[in-house]
Amino acid sequence: MLEVAGLEVRYGAVRAVRGASLAVGDGELVALLGANGAGKSSTLRAIAGALRPAAGSIRLDGQEVLGTSPERMVRLGAAMVPETRDVFPDLTVGENLRLGAFTRRGDAQGVAADRERMLAMFPVLRERQDQPAGTLSGGEQQMLVIARAMMSRPRLLLLDEPSLGLAPTIVQRIFAMIVELRRAGLTILLVEQNAAQALAIADRAYVMRQGEIAASGPAAEIAAATDLQQLYLGG
Amino acid sequence: MTAFLQFVVDVLALGGAYALMALGLVIVYGILRLVNFAYGELIMVTGYTLFLLGGSPLPWILMAAVAVLMAVLTGIVTDHVAFRPVRTKSVTAVLITSFAFSTLLQNAALLLISPRPRSVPLPDIFSETVRLGGVVTPVRNLITIATAVVLLALFALLMKRSVLGLAMRAAAANFTMARMLGVPANLVITSAFAISGLLAGIVALLWLGRSASVAPGIGLEPLLVAFIATVIGGMRSLEGAVIGGFLLAFIDTSLNHLLPQDLLKFRDAFTFTAVILILLWRPEGLIRGPAAGRRT
Ligand SMILES: Nc1ncnc2c1ncn2[C@@H]1O[C@H](COP(=O)(O)OP(=O)(O)O)[C@@H](O)[C@H]1O
Ligand SMILES: [Mg+2]
Repeated sequence: MLEVAGLEVRYGAVRAVRGASLAVGDGELVALLGANGAGKSSTLRAIAGALRPAAGSIRLDGQEVLGTSPERMVRLGAAMVPETRDVFPDLTVGENLRLGAFTRRGDAQGVAADRERMLAMFPVLRERQDQPAGTLSGGEQQMLVIARAMMSRPRLLLLDEPSLGLAPTIVQRIFAMIVELRRAGLTILLVEQNAAQALAIADRAYVMRQGEIAASGPAAEIAAATDLQQLYLGG
Repeated sequence: MTAFLQFVVDVLALGGAYALMALGLVIVYGILRLVNFAYGELIMVTGYTLFLLGGSPLPWILMAAVAVLMAVLTGIVTDHVAFRPVRTKSVTAVLITSFAFSTLLQNAALLLISPRPRSVPLPDIFSETVRLGGVVTPVRNLITIATAVVLLALFALLMKRSVLGLAMRAAAANFTMARMLGVPANLVITSAFAISGLLAGIVALLWLGRSASVAPGIGLEPLLVAFIATVIGGMRSLEGAVIGGFLLAFIDTSLNHLLPQDLLKFRDAFTFTAVILILLWRPEGLIRGPAAGRRT
């Protein structure tokens, strides 16, 4: 579904991503691991079209999409959940979800059905539909941005550190939902610093270090071969 | 009592015009974080369109509609000429291009029409007065108040209920995230400029009614008013712009009523003092507006 090759991302003189290559197959759940500052978010943002890479190739279903605008990437089926979460705090939960379906005007029935599916999956969002999203807790906001991204009915979900700053019990629930989404046929590229938990649910994994892909393989192999503590600390 | 009623009508009429002006400026600022310095020229364009249509046999309301349409088109052209080519480059570049576009339009008016004021056609009702509970007031003031109420209500409805309004509010809070949900950048920005033009065009009809004439520099005062009102109200908030507009009108009108005759010519100095005091108290304006948010 997704093939990234030789990706270069620069912020001025900073080379955040240095020739990274990775691939995600149809229906796979692939984890992208690495310490803080390794270049994971930059890679994801480049795929989502939120920033323009300096070089490389990004193919979605074999079609080159490097430099495509973010609004076009959603229409092509790639939805992004950024690490900053980025709920619209002044908009209600319901309005946030409605925006998630922005690309699907004309499909009112399908949107209503998906909304129902998401509210069933995240019941707390149903209770808070008319509340400003800014009043939700961190965990609830994370559920909202995942549900919002799902409202575009994506084929590929780009998830950036969904566990960031959340209590362990909430993280458990978020990861269970990721597994559920994947089981329903969604392809997922999951960025995590929480390596052990990500490896437990992923099919394959890539490890990023200083902008480069340092290791890749089946999740179990990566888990066995890598000192996860080291990964965390950026060794 | 009549003095009080007079005061209220004055504040509401001036405030209605100020609020609409401020809203037109802030709708673009909220999304792009850039002040459109060619905003005043939307009012100028409306005025000259009316002037050029002046000799025609068209009914006034049709002339007014064409003039407002020209303001809308000029707004959209401003986006394409001054903003879109340099929008992602740098803030400075856009400031310069929007200044340049403003100057270009003014010079075009100077050159092609005249540096001197030209009279614009206005309906008779604009120069009539009515008696209202002992107060004599121009009908134009009541029309301004009614227009402001209707436009503010429509605007609120658009922003709250329509998908476009929702997309614009989202884009104002976090442009990149809105785009990542599929909201097209150009759609939101062009809509903002079109709405800006619509508000400026309609407010221009009322504003021109005061002097019944148009000159190349006519846009400066509305730009300044809109800018000050949005700064007081909070540059990031649509409600703030409206509140700022009415507050500025309140300050201006109070000074008009309170200042002795020989100090009246310094009114603006007093106004600016009040504005500075408000900003010392609330540097970000009265209303904070949506949290976070970056430029493109
Ligand atoms: N907007 C930015 N401007 C400048 N440097 C940035 C920006 N975003 C990230 N960086 C730098 O790029 C590198 C990679 O960052 P990032 O992709 O966020 O890594 P990760 O998500 O793995 O923590 C870091 O050195 C970071 O400081
Ligand atoms: Mg990151």
